[in-house]
Amino acid sequence: MNKPVTVADALRLGGVTRRGFLKYCSAIASLMALPPASVSVIAAALEKARRPSVIWLSFQECTGCTESLTRSHAATVEDLIFNAISLDYHHTLQAASGDAAEAAREAAMHDNYGNYLLVVDGSIPTGNPGYSTIAGISNKDMLLEVAAGAAAIVSVGSCAAFGGIPHADPNPTGAVSVADLIKDKPIINVPGCPPIPAVITGVLVQYLTFGLPQLDHLGRPVAFYGQSIHDRCYRRPFYDKGLFAESFDDEGAKKGWCLYKVGCKGPTTYNACATTKWNNGTSFPIEAGHPCLGCSEPDFWDAGSFYKALSTPTGSIGATAVYAAGAGLLAGAALGAVQRSRKNAAIRKHEKIGIDDLTQES
Amino acid sequence: MNRLESIPVDVQNTASLTGNLLPLLHELHHALQTYAATGATHSIDLNSLPMAPEEDAQLEQLLGGGEVRAQLQALGNSEITETAIPGVWRVTHRNADGAVVARLLEITDCPAILKTQHQDLADGVQRLETLISEGS
Repeated sequence: MNKPVTVADALRLGGVTRRGFLKYCSAIASLMALPPASVSVIAAALEKARRPSVIWLSFQECTGCTESLTRSHAATVEDLIFNAISLDYHHTLQAASGDAAEAAREAAMHDNYGNYLLVVDGSIPTGNPGYSTIAGISNKDMLLEVAAGAAAIVSVGSCAAFGGIPHADPNPTGAVSVADLIKDKPIINVPGCPPIPAVITGVLVQYLTFGLPQLDHLGRPVAFYGQSIHDRCYRRPFYDKGLFAESFDDEGAKKGWCLYKVGCKGPTTYNACATTKWNNGTSFPIEAGHPCLGCSEPDFWDAGSFYKALSTPTGSIGATAVYAAGAGLLAGAALGAVQRSRKNAAIRKHEKIGIDDLTQES
Repeated sequence: MNRLESIPVDVQNTASLTGNLLPLLHELHHALQTYAATGATHSIDLNSLPMAPEEDAQLEQLLGGGEVRAQLQALGNSEITETAIPGVWRVTHRNADGAVVARLLEITDCPAILKTQHQDLADGVQRLETLISEGS
């Protein structure tokens, strides 16, 4: 049997009929929120798409992203795509270990130089190189070496995309994102802690079928990260009517009202959770009664309490206010300046400013 | 049934409804008119449309069941049924675990996925040839 050349060949050899293939394309179109008429375009593109070699590097991470991907149940659309690609190196999943594993990576790089797809999860420490190594090679050296021959890079998870939790204050390892180190390759950010499995594979399919996807200002594919959780949330009608849960056990919470006031980051978070959902489409955090943490946004870990409403300024104003009061007559103006800097900080962190923040300035 | 009260109406909490049901019916109406006039088919992805569970159930009830119910077994089960409105088909694709991966309304005389796929014909010819050669 010949080695399958295209994605469609690979699926066909796996016993997938033409109807199955079309059904797969329908599911992909629905997943990418593309109009159903695009199914034939996706099918035609996948027929021609060559099976890409994929090298997956895991740096400072918790393996949650790989867990997310592999815990999608057997024989789903998600793992079909993994039959269709050639995953040549993934140190958690591959059978080989030690020298043999690194030899597989070097062979894949050599055979497909300039054409392979590099997937990265985890952030990269820039402090002591010994903070994180693979086979004695520092994360930074390995990234630079493998990225040099990649056609494109997919940063899976908030750590690879934005630095994530290792990058959180005080960032002891000097962790940075892939995009902080690599400037000369197309990078697709697929943030989330972890990202939705169907979105990870959806991005790969999108890359196979249409090449580099359209990205937003943070390098995220707009097909999956184009809309806020808030805009697609089934609780949105309650927000529009001003019906909010004030605490986790009040009447509003029991009635399923909007979680904005208990800290939901849905309005500033761009992800597909509200439509694609989790655990094979079962639900998403807000459906379980918990506010969105905003895990797919940069610096979500340092953006203030998960349980404070978005308009609440981050950090404590109390300690600063004491020093400002010492300046006597200037106190009012100083407090205003503090509020202004809070506001600017909040804007930098994509937070919404409420009416309270504005009135405190005067 | 001449009294309004005799019509069974299940009052729902309207606060959580999206109000997308009526616009959807209008879209179906226009698409079916266009198909009748020009033969241009249309598909609507129900997953991309936010609807409350009550509205989904209401849509199911309004469209009803028609004359054709087909089952497709390819990468999991799919149900392809014509609704009580001729020309409006409901297509539900499930994966091998039974989870819904796509929900579509198709405006056509027969959803394309029901037809024998020409790419599979060669396999069919080969299979028949094998059967004949084994039988002779």
